[in-house]
Amino acid sequence: MATAEQGSNRVMFGRVSKSGLMSFLSAQGILIFFLLSMVVFSFFSEQFLSQSNVMTVVRQASIIGIIAVGVTVVIIGGNLDLSVGSMLSFATVLVVDLHDKVGPTTAIILMFALTLMVGAINGFLVGFMRLNSLIVTLAMLSAIQGGILIYSGGQNVDIANQDGTWFSVFGRGYVAGIAVPVVIFAVLAIIVQIVMSYTSYGRRIFAVGGNPVAAVYSGIRKNWCVFSTYLISAFCVACAALVLGSRVMGSQNNVGQGYELLVLAGIILGGTSLLGGAGSIWKTVIGVLILGFIQNGLLLMGYPYYTQWLVTWVIIILAVWLDLANKRKRLLTTHS
Amino acid sequence: MNTSATRSHVADHSGAAAPVLSLIDITKKFPGVVALNKVSFDVRPGEVHALLGENGAGKSTLMKVLAGKHQPNGGKIVLEGEEKSFENPKQAKKSGIVLIHQEQSLVPEMSVAENIYLGSLPLKWGNRVDWKKLHADSTEILQRLKCSFTSREMVSHLSIAKKQMVEIARALVFTPKVVVFDEPTASLTDHEKPVLYDIIKTLQEQGVGIVYISHRMDEIFHLSQRITVLRDGEYNGTVNTAETNEDEVTKLMIGRSLELDHASKPHDFKENMLELRHLTVDGVFEDVSFNVRKGEIVGMYGLVGAGRSEVAETIFGLRRPSSGEILLEGRAETIGSSHEAVEKGIALVPEDRKDQGLILGMNCRDNMTLSALGSVSSMGFMKTSAEKVVHDKYQSAMKIKTPSWRQKVGNLSGGNQQKIVIGKWLHTHPKLLILDEPTRGIDVGSKAEIHALIKELARTGYAVLVISSEMPEVLGVSNRIIAMYDGRITAEFDGDAVSEDELVHAITGQVAQAPKVATAITDDATVP
Repeated sequence: MATAEQGSNRVMFGRVSKSGLMSFLSAQGILIFFLLSMVVFSFFSEQFLSQSNVMTVVRQASIIGIIAVGVTVVIIGGNLDLSVGSMLSFATVLVVDLHDKVGPTTAIILMFALTLMVGAINGFLVGFMRLNSLIVTLAMLSAIQGGILIYSGGQNVDIANQDGTWFSVFGRGYVAGIAVPVVIFAVLAIIVQIVMSYTSYGRRIFAVGGNPVAAVYSGIRKNWCVFSTYLISAFCVACAALVLGSRVMGSQNNVGQGYELLVLAGIILGGTSLLGGAGSIWKTVIGVLILGFIQNGLLLMGYPYYTQWLVTWVIIILAVWLDLANKRKRLLTTHS
Repeated sequence: MNTSATRSHVADHSGAAAPVLSLIDITKKFPGVVALNKVSFDVRPGEVHALLGENGAGKSTLMKVLAGKHQPNGGKIVLEGEEKSFENPKQAKKSGIVLIHQEQSLVPEMSVAENIYLGSLPLKWGNRVDWKKLHADSTEILQRLKCSFTSREMVSHLSIAKKQMVEIARALVFTPKVVVFDEPTASLTDHEKPVLYDIIKTLQEQGVGIVYISHRMDEIFHLSQRITVLRDGEYNGTVNTAETNEDEVTKLMIGRSLELDHASKPHDFKENMLELRHLTVDGVFEDVSFNVRKGEIVGMYGLVGAGRSEVAETIFGLRRPSSGEILLEGRAETIGSSHEAVEKGIALVPEDRKDQGLILGMNCRDNMTLSALGSVSSMGFMKTSAEKVVHDKYQSAMKIKTPSWRQKVGNLSGGNQQKIVIGKWLHTHPKLLILDEPTRGIDVGSKAEIHALIKELARTGYAVLVISSEMPEVLGVSNRIIAMYDGRITAEFDGDAVSEDELVHAITGQVAQAPKVATAITDDATVP
């Protein structure tokens, strides 16, 4: 009896089966794009696909990746977090500065606690006060930047005895031949992916992002869910700060500036919709890696580093446009 | 069925005016499914031709073919003797075929006139909008429709019925030859319908052919001259409205006749499940007192805006009462959130299934378990096999038609979506089930199934509160009926001892006697 409804669904699948190749291309577009760009770059530069270069790129991408894992959760929950850039500055300055004052262990604990607190403030304002996440986190972005300058008095901070501290392990260490930042990135990505896909908590976040009203009408504590996503985001930022601070063994006041955009770029590139309720950590991981490889490829091809910014911009616009074009097509076939 | 017989039957009457529009042997195939199989349909000028069928019978697809949104795989469209093929909706519109949608597509923050001429605003030199002409033209159209509001009114300030009129006014910009109404009354109250009927009459007098799609038999019999029934994508006969009755049409539609057993007998219910004492939410509703006992179905009848849904939302913890008490099983409770409500055994099937009931982008299974995630997870991890069991249980119990649990609920028909919302709440094993407009926009077949389900639930001990603005529904399922008007309870009736007149009076504020408050409340003195 549900022929018409089924009919219009089948249109969707129908188009898929009609031209299997096209559908495969559009579904796996991002992966294909990834492989294609790898091939192109490897033509231009022999180093590009060398093991050491690949490992370097992944290691460099891991800081953005770690943050992107957390922000993806916020976005799936239907909100944005633009404050991660200056939160990263904040956390890095904090952990580096405290390292010499109170020792690495206490410094790390304090840094995590304070970063989570900032996340909690974001979460409270967005989750419980129901303020617009874009505004709240954008304001937080500049508020924290101001806070850092007050804290540091505008001075850059660094760790005096760089060789005599186990703190260096987070940014410079290796585990079984793999750089520690990459390990942290991978472990975080796997854990959060599992949480989002296989736990009731993850299901609730998807529901809240998919339709906040229906989530509330289903007895889900939406406010707490939203609040918690900002804690996850803050936790990821703290992990990234650990890596960044440990790698540089010092920190400028604005070390995280612009990270929020790179993180967003990676997420969008991966294909997680900014509308919430959909997406995955895997997609984000792929998006972040693509971004890293493209930037690296451009450098190897001899373009000055700032061309990356332009190219990144073009790629983001393309990714968003593709996403929207796909969605429009879907809307047209199912509803009209 | 008796297709050939009814076809010749129609031919006998074709001595009437020549049809303005004929769809002949339209076939529309989607990959893997034939949505329309050689369906024929025509409309004469000045005629209302009703198109009937269960959800998914192919009505909407047929109309989309007509409006140029789908291109047919076979058959032809003849408009005023001329064969047409529409590549897109714009062409169809220009030829004079207009579709009035279920879902409204107006811009709320614009004036009525701007909405009517949206996309074709009259311009004067310098590409500036000719406001004078815009409002003059709009006013003329509104007058033709005998509308009571002006072209300068903001659309967001209009009632749903008036918004619908703006939609219709928009259609008249193109001097239509055929107007298709797709479920126009789905969001109208009994009160607002006559206005729509008047407009349809006006259009008829102007010689416009009207296709009327609806699930409501009373409307169809009131308005139409002919009825065509589709079933499973096939033409299943056309009858003259004057020569048939509801039973016959229903049989054509679903191949069986429905048992609509009205007015259930009041039973001897003892234990109070829910009791409200002088519940008030300032500015929304006032002094609402009633009770629902275990095994009882209480119907709450009233117009949209009378405060019915708001009472339900307050019981469900979504609104804070300003004063008064909510008692569950005799104990006063404060219900601070929907989460607490669920924990206390309250379920609310909300009014708007798409906005409030479902996560449309999620699949059937995930929607079904959303309100009771604890029951299908251990240590926070989802047990997908247990989830599937839950899904399959309610899918078969309620005959939900979905190809698989993976189907996104956004792709299901309204009736099936509603069943998923109900299934979701049954799975929380509530003690009190509140259903707000449980059958809005649902075909008769699913409607009867849902009504039967509600009665079955009550029989097994659920306390059920059904909120509805459809009188047959309230009369059909309730043991007791509470009437609401303007934020107050105006009357309470026994389900089998109430006349339609009494009910109508009660919900339009014309009750002479003092409001009769729930009889079960005896110890008012204990209210703090």
